[in-house]
Amino acid sequence: MTIVVGYTPTPLGEAAAATAIAEAARRQAELVVVNSSHGDAAVDPKFAGPATLATLRAAIEAAGVTHHLTQSLSGLDPAESILRTAREYDADLIVIGVRHRTPVGKLLLGSTAQRVILDAECPVLAVKQAQG
Amino acid sequence: MNVFVDLLNGFATVLSPANLFFAAVGVTLGTLVGVLPGIGPAVTIALLLPVTFNFEDPIGAFIMFAGIYYGAMYGGSTTSILLNTPGESASVATAIEGHEMAKRGRARSALATAAIGSFVAGTISTILLTFVAQPLGSLAVKFQATDYFALMILALVTVTALVGTSLTRGLLSLLFGVVIGLVGLDTLSGQARFTLDQPLLFDGINDVILIIGLFAIGETLHVLVKGRTRPGQVSPLEPPHGGFLWLNKEEWRRSWAPWLRGAGFGFPFGVLPSGGAELPTFLSYTYEKRRSRGRKEFGKGAIEGVAGPEAANNASFSGVLVPLLTLGLPTSATAAVLLAAFQIFNLQPGPQLFENSSDLVWALIASLYIGNLLLLVLNLPLIRLWVKVLEIPRPVLYSAILVFATLGVYSLSGNINDVLIAYVIGVIGFFMRQLDFPIAPAILGAILGPELEKQLRTALTISNGDPSVFVTRPLSAVILALAVAALLLPYLPRVIARLRGRPATTEKLAFADED
Repeated sequence: MTIVVGYTPTPLGEAAAATAIAEAARRQAELVVVNSSHGDAAVDPKFAGPATLATLRAAIEAAGVTHHLTQSLSGLDPAESILRTAREYDADLIVIGVRHRTPVGKLLLGSTAQRVILDAECPVLAVKQAQG
Repeated sequence: MNVFVDLLNGFATVLSPANLFFAAVGVTLGTLVGVLPGIGPAVTIALLLPVTFNFEDPIGAFIMFAGIYYGAMYGGSTTSILLNTPGESASVATAIEGHEMAKRGRARSALATAAIGSFVAGTISTILLTFVAQPLGSLAVKFQATDYFALMILALVTVTALVGTSLTRGLLSLLFGVVIGLVGLDTLSGQARFTLDQPLLFDGINDVILIIGLFAIGETLHVLVKGRTRPGQVSPLEPPHGGFLWLNKEEWRRSWAPWLRGAGFGFPFGVLPSGGAELPTFLSYTYEKRRSRGRKEFGKGAIEGVAGPEAANNASFSGVLVPLLTLGLPTSATAAVLLAAFQIFNLQPGPQLFENSSDLVWALIASLYIGNLLLLVLNLPLIRLWVKVLEIPRPVLYSAILVFATLGVYSLSGNINDVLIAYVIGVIGFFMRQLDFPIAPAILGAILGPELEKQLRTALTISNGDPSVFVTRPLSAVILALAVAALLLPYLPRVIARLRGRPATTEKLAFADED
């Protein structure tokens, strides 16, 4: 079994990762963490640095889950890179974080979550950020 | 006490709402481009030059340009400290200790010592400029054509020798610039030179076209080819700790002396033709490191290593203005662009500038005081905003630059051929970047080349064609000898190492191209 999780170093991304780790441990599945950036700005806050990745890896290992961390600079948008990875690993489940977007925001930026949910070939687990 | 009256008049000009607005726009834009790696003050000023053509009063334009230069120096330190990617070349030394400090959770202290040091040193050197400029200007009246010729040779040679990793490449770049500068009809004989028999080149290639082509278009192509890069990691700002202006007592105590010493390095090296701010920042860094050898903190985030170089790079700008305003002699790429700006407004920097356009000169000097203060106020509180600038995707940024560059060039003459020339030069600039040729010598060569030829001709006319005038007049001879020495200077470490019987460690003293 394989679970793919879309990860960003944000509270929402952490929530998705935490759920994915728990789910992977419960199902005894392999966990594939996807973190991507367009790679066209000097700084991208959605791109995890070495320190953040080390923390994440430690959390996954503590749960006793086998895992892959993939970081891509392919210029694909995040939804596309999650979907591609899911196809590549023949994933059984995709875990992503979802949040409210205003209609205008959705129009301008699109919704990564919506694309993943609608285009995925497997069930998608949508995680919300913990309240408070 | 004439200076004070003049300076107060300058303040009166600057403190008008319109000019204050230009100062604020300048420092904001300057900070933005300083924060962004790859885009420096020279290209920003070049891109804005066409915009200012329609200004009724050139004072506003120059206040804005000065603000851009200062702002870039402040902004560069932010990227150096938080990202370890110097936003511009004069902040390279800051990155060494500054980023270490940030990694150890002292980012605020590093940013504060950089900003306050910049303010202190900038103000000190502006005071020096205030008092040195006019006397030097009246001294310069006695200079003859041979002296000017020698000074220009010195400026060209030192910048070429210090910038970039290879002297040969630097000299080739300089030669390219001089050739571009000479394109067009000769002013005396009316002969067409380097025009390839194309009438559209008879007027020569405008300096602004060259600068925009080499810097803006060349850099855009360079970034395009580089493609995607791994995003950098911004060090987080620690929660505010106590102390006055983000610095605690101990940090104030350790910072003030490096600030003053940094100003001491920056101003004179700005005055001397040494290619701008890089050399004094490295000297200041090396000096602070030597001085505090006992502390062993260098390399692990010593505050002195941030305070000194940052003070030096800001102090050098007022220094750079001294030869620019009094002799019309640019000593860095940005100064060369400023000289082009003066020429566009039909102002000839030199001894007469203080008499003919004293309003402008003193307003410019007064604006430096104001700009420094504005930057101190803008910089620290808005630090999060400046960091956000780094998240702008490059495609958006550089397409905007390209649009600005194209519009700017087109607006110069309304002639599409100029745009084509700019793009051809841009492609040349791209290959220069790719093949590691420094850009600054080409810019200086193009702007100083025609002036150099003019002085050479005048000198030879006066001497009836006898070239020995350059060595028989002591002042000229000394300056020319210095120029020869400057050519050898970058190889000095290697020569010394060889003499001491040790294998040479460094190839050549080299400083990053100022962009």
